[in-house]
Amino acid sequence: MTTGQIRKSALIACSVLAALFVGASDQSKVHVEPTDSVGPRTLEKQTETAVVRDYLQAWRSLSGALEQNRADLLNADFVGTAKEKLSDTIKEQSKLGIQTRYVDKAHDVQLVFYSPEGLSIQLVDTVDYDVQLIDHEKPQITQHVRARYVAVLTPTEVQWKVRVFQAEPE
Amino acid sequence: MRSRLTSFLGSLIVLAGVQLAVAQGSLGLPKTVEAGAAFSVHTAGSGKGVLYIVGPGQVLRRDVQLGEAVSFAPGDIHNAGHYLVVLTGGSSTENGEFDVTAVHQPTTLSFIAKPSRLPVDLHDGISGVAYVFDTFHNLILQPTPVSFQLSGVAGAPQTRTVTSKNGVAWTKLDSASKEGSAKFEARAGNVVDERIIQQVPGDPCKLKMDIRPAGQRLQLETEPVRDCSGNAVPDGTIITFTEIYDGGEATVDVPLKRGVAKTEMPAHNGATISVATGVVMGNEIRWGKE
Repeated sequence: MTTGQIRKSALIACSVLAALFVGASDQSKVHVEPTDSVGPRTLEKQTETAVVRDYLQAWRSLSGALEQNRADLLNADFVGTAKEKLSDTIKEQSKLGIQTRYVDKAHDVQLVFYSPEGLSIQLVDTVDYDVQLIDHEKPQITQHVRARYVAVLTPTEVQWKVRVFQAEPE
Repeated sequence: MRSRLTSFLGSLIVLAGVQLAVAQGSLGLPKTVEAGAAFSVHTAGSGKGVLYIVGPGQVLRRDVQLGEAVSFAPGDIHNAGHYLVVLTGGSSTENGEFDVTAVHQPTTLSFIAKPSRLPVDLHDGISGVAYVFDTFHNLILQPTPVSFQLSGVAGAPQTRTVTSKNGVAWTKLDSASKEGSAKFEARAGNVVDERIIQQVPGDPCKLKMDIRPAGQRLQLETEPVRDCSGNAVPDGTIITFTEIYDGGEATVDVPLKRGVAKTEMPAHNGATISVATGVVMGNEIRWGKE
């Protein structure tokens, strides 16, 4: 197989994967960059699909949890530091009478690191999303945001969970 | 009536102030703030307003006096991330965005070393992965040098320095040639985390036995069983002696004791006796006459 053919196959695979995830994340559009250079551990297609699926599901959990101020909604998809920090935000929102509604519109996901022993996987996601701020049930503003998120996921019994979730300057 | 007029005029002034602020785009926001650092947001106009700082990592709400700077003390914003800033006052709203970055001083390492036990002399057998965090448990995304060191019972320590990418650094190292515990360290700045790796002997490298007659029986004994690096293979390792004679076959499994395996087997004239362990074959001896 020539380099051109490999590249073409990778692009087709990527488009198929992207198309699969359009339906998965409700209204959001998802693009997954080709994962040829992810390492050091070899990333199988099945693992890649599961990680992206679970990460997008985590966004839905986050959205629901911050909108309803319910930290328990994070349990299924977050662990460790990410869960603690989001839970603290929810606690603070509740105290202040604030709710925030995060609606992710588009994801450009790139898996960047799969640890040699298979216990962590890292991705970078350029996300387009809307944030609506509600103070004592009165909507204050809806703002479109574009940010680059870094997430580290670790495997649990049946799925990947987000352990680190942090935006960085683009 | 007089108070109503005062109130109405007051509202007009507040509104004018907020509108002025909006018109001038006057939310004086820093582009980035280091986690835990003090900073201020400048507002314009007059009257009262509410300033929100909102992100998945943290949320703050402050009642503010428009036209004055709003100060945030050290530690008020400590979670790295992207934040939306909203200033409301009267009927107008102004907004902006800024980023909070991790403190570029490692405080915690999340260090995963695998496996915890492995055979000696294995190339790239040990892997170390270190995620670098600041004092607020933010992942430090700026490149940071992380030094890995594996020091054991013998030989010079193996050291690798790797610059982290997106907050993570990793390496692979060889296990030592001598059995024993090794200390595997990851260091970033002044932070050190360590794990203990047990290096155990590998598979037997060479297997040799001797036979001595003892009446109607044969006494079989191996030489001390060692791996290819000269480490004694652990006691309990099973050694299998097989005797084939006149169409018959006898097998004895013996655990290593003090480095050797001993047993007795019937002395059949012309028998072939061999020794093996795992996938390693030892020598073969033909006993007696053809």
